[in-house]
Amino acid sequence: SENKTEAKAISLPISRVRLIMKSSPDVSSINQDALFLTTKATELFVQHLALTSFNNRSQTEANTLNYSDLAKTAEESDTFHFLTDILPKKILAQDYLKSLEQMQDEDSDF
Amino acid sequence: MAERPEDLNLPNAVITRIIKEALPDGVNVSKEARRAISQAASVFVLYATSCANNFAMKAKRKTLNAGDVLAAMEEMEFERFLEPLRDALEVYKKDQRGRKEVSEQKRRDKERKADSENDKSREEEEEEEEEEQQRMEEEPEEEAEEEEDDN
Repeated sequence: SENKTEAKAISLPISRVRLIMKSSPDVSSINQDALFLTTKATELFVQHLALTSFNNRSQTEANTLNYSDLAKTAEESDTFHFLTDILPKKILAQDYLKSLEQMQDEDSDF
Repeated sequence: MAERPEDLNLPNAVITRIIKEALPDGVNVSKEARRAISQAASVFVLYATSCANNFAMKAKRKTLNAGDVLAAMEEMEFERFLEPLRDALEVYKKDQRGRKEVSEQKRRDKERKADSENDKSREEEEEEEEEEQQRMEEEPEEEAEEEEDDN
């Protein structure tokens, strides 16, 4: 059936995915089916992350998927929460400096 | 084999294509977002591998198998991937079996051809030897017969 034809085709190179998997400690060997499934799952993940982030974007009028949309999704979603370290929310340097000043003021009150 | 940092990244062009296909037509994706998604995908592979490996180790196996990966997806709360993954695996395995049969058939055909050529050339050698004998018995001034090439 046509759905199945779409389902089988993968675009990501299995060899590259295998390289990443092998860099994981304690992994001795990976069978061919597991390799295929991980590759396919990664593609599904990319689609899911992109679409979820786009749908949750704060600038709803914008027609662009931005980095901030991804960071927002990582922070607010349970399933994507494991990404918060690599997708941190960004703040403007001036805002950071301001909050630093505030903290220093609070300290000086003692 | 030393791994350079870029080796643990996935190819940008492919990642971009997958993103574009997932989003509605006409939606743009910033360069920063593309890079971030690519990095997230690599982290996903590591996380999935680690999780799947736990299942394998629990079952005292050293080789990660399909079941481990599917169990990992469920553990990571990506149940929505399970059905498309199973469907894709079915098609993949059928395809692999088909390819295996084709290559085995080719190998058999090759062997069969090689065998029949061996038989043919053996026959030709024996014929040549017989004709050599005849020529030696006849007058030496005669020219050697030219033999036709069957091939």
